[in-house]
Amino acid sequence: MIRLLSVRLLQAVLVMLAVAAIAFVMFRFVGDPVASMVREGATQAEKDTLRVALGLDRPVLVQFVNFVGQVLTGDLGTSFRYQQPVTSLLLSRLPATLELVVVATVLALAVGIPLGVLCALKPNSFLSRLTQATTLVGISMPTFVTGLLLILIFAVNLRWLPSSGRGDLVDLGLWQTGFLSLSGLKSLILPSITLALFQLTLIMRLVRSEMIDVLSSDYIRFAFARGLPRAYIYRRLALRNALMPVVTVTGLQIGQLIAFAIVTETVFQWPGMGLLFTNAVGYPDVPVLAAYLLFVGFLFVMINMIVDILYTFIDPRLRTR
Amino acid sequence: MATQSLMHRLPPVSVMIAGLVLFIMLILVLFAPLIAPMDPRDVSSYSLIDMEIPPAFMEGGDPRFLLGTDNQGRDLVSVILFGLRISVVIGLGAVLFAATLGVMLGLIAGFFGGIADGIVMRIADVLVSFPTILVALLISGIARAQLSADTMLTWAPLVLIFSIAVNEWVQYARTVRASTMVEVARDYVRAAKVIGLPSGRIMGRHILPNVMSSVMVIATINLAGAILTEATLSFLGAGMPPTYPSLGTLIRIGNQFLFSGLWWIAVMPAAVLVILVLAVNVIGDYLRDRFNPKLMAR
Repeated sequence: MIRLLSVRLLQAVLVMLAVAAIAFVMFRFVGDPVASMVREGATQAEKDTLRVALGLDRPVLVQFVNFVGQVLTGDLGTSFRYQQPVTSLLLSRLPATLELVVVATVLALAVGIPLGVLCALKPNSFLSRLTQATTLVGISMPTFVTGLLLILIFAVNLRWLPSSGRGDLVDLGLWQTGFLSLSGLKSLILPSITLALFQLTLIMRLVRSEMIDVLSSDYIRFAFARGLPRAYIYRRLALRNALMPVVTVTGLQIGQLIAFAIVTETVFQWPGMGLLFTNAVGYPDVPVLAAYLLFVGFLFVMINMIVDILYTFIDPRLRTR
Repeated sequence: MATQSLMHRLPPVSVMIAGLVLFIMLILVLFAPLIAPMDPRDVSSYSLIDMEIPPAFMEGGDPRFLLGTDNQGRDLVSVILFGLRISVVIGLGAVLFAATLGVMLGLIAGFFGGIADGIVMRIADVLVSFPTILVALLISGIARAQLSADTMLTWAPLVLIFSIAVNEWVQYARTVRASTMVEVARDYVRAAKVIGLPSGRIMGRHILPNVMSSVMVIATINLAGAILTEATLSFLGAGMPPTYPSLGTLIRIGNQFLFSGLWWIAVMPAAVLVILVLAVNVIGDYLRDRFNPKLMAR
């Protein structure tokens, strides 16, 4: 067990180092860091002084070690565009993204699971057929088109909901939340529906197929034969087992969620990390790009590791491998 | 009996409709310059007098402009036809590039095993945990920082193809590697090795034909994804420039006029995009179920 954990940990560190190396190459070689920092019309001598001060004259390997050291202390450089430390820039945008992602995920689970169960239990009912047909269209509909149509209908034509921004925010010290004001909640509706839709399709399909699998297993047939109440069988015996893979997949989908959050935030001009990233691509603001890469890489490595370790706890068969 | 077995062999109606739609789109794309009522790149062929005309079926529409005109007076049908052309070319290019790279690396990994296998598959593991859109955006950002604006204009399609393919080859590599490992153990490959054929020849001439069918299925499914990724990137402003707009760029441009009530400038190209992707998806799903039920749905 301890050996397995340490192997996983070592792998995680190696992957993180690889991601850090890519980020380092971006910082160091994409665009000239000196040119982006000196004042207009600086002399060659001034540039050289800065170059030495930044340590850019030292061997690349030494620079990389220094870079990793800086990253570990939370120093991710200065944004070309905003002239602010990237770390504080990312942190100030974090609440917006987290609130959007959490609401969207809850929404997707709350709607996706019941619909999936319905499609498994009553495959021929009108609602299941409608759901099944809608999902194929849903998969083919890019996130930005969904967002665009929602804006067109609910913001431009009906004028019910705002189409951009977060509305009024309530400052909770470190965290600025949109949950506590009416305009904040209203602003959240369209983006979170947009972001939830693609997850919803996936969750619904997964719950449906898992539920069908579980319902045809022996223990469910035995439970029916014993005459247990239907509701009890469906809810306590079948759904519980069908939901196991859903939890895993929802966890592993976090990468897709980040990607689609970037798109959703751009469509709705939602001031989160994704919008920061798209703006950095167009500018191009290399330190922000590299920092975002590091952040996302770290998130993935952590989640993958946690999922792996949880698995070995849940399923004893995996421990011997 | 005879009709029933024939019915079984024919694909479902939805697949046939999708095939027809795709066929028509392909014809439109191939002959866009002949079919389009005007050339959107030729400034003399349109004028500002015709700007912002709604689609012909609406009040105030003009029969000359079936889907209406944009803010510069360009006929949307023509603009969309040329945009569709760029979208399809980049989608096909990305799939072709990803498939070639993935098949080659998959063959090498499966055939030689050992260190080659380890290196290729670890790179694949890391890449696949990053979503394609994210990687493509990063590459686009790097390209922008390294190349001048003018160079970026000419290279935009190639940068796009590269940045989409750089993440998508993994799927091909994994599938081809798995099939190659099975084929390598077979007698015909062992025989080929014994008579001293060079490895490249064994891989290319003997193993490759046996793994091609699954590659074709993945390629079809990936085409829809590649077109969507391209559209998303262009919509975000990291793809095709407005001078050579793809469907995504057209939607991006139209997005600016959404609040002025000129919804058709964005919605028309979006509708074409969704129909295209839906048709490819329907056919891809069918091929997957028909030829390779074991391939996982993405």
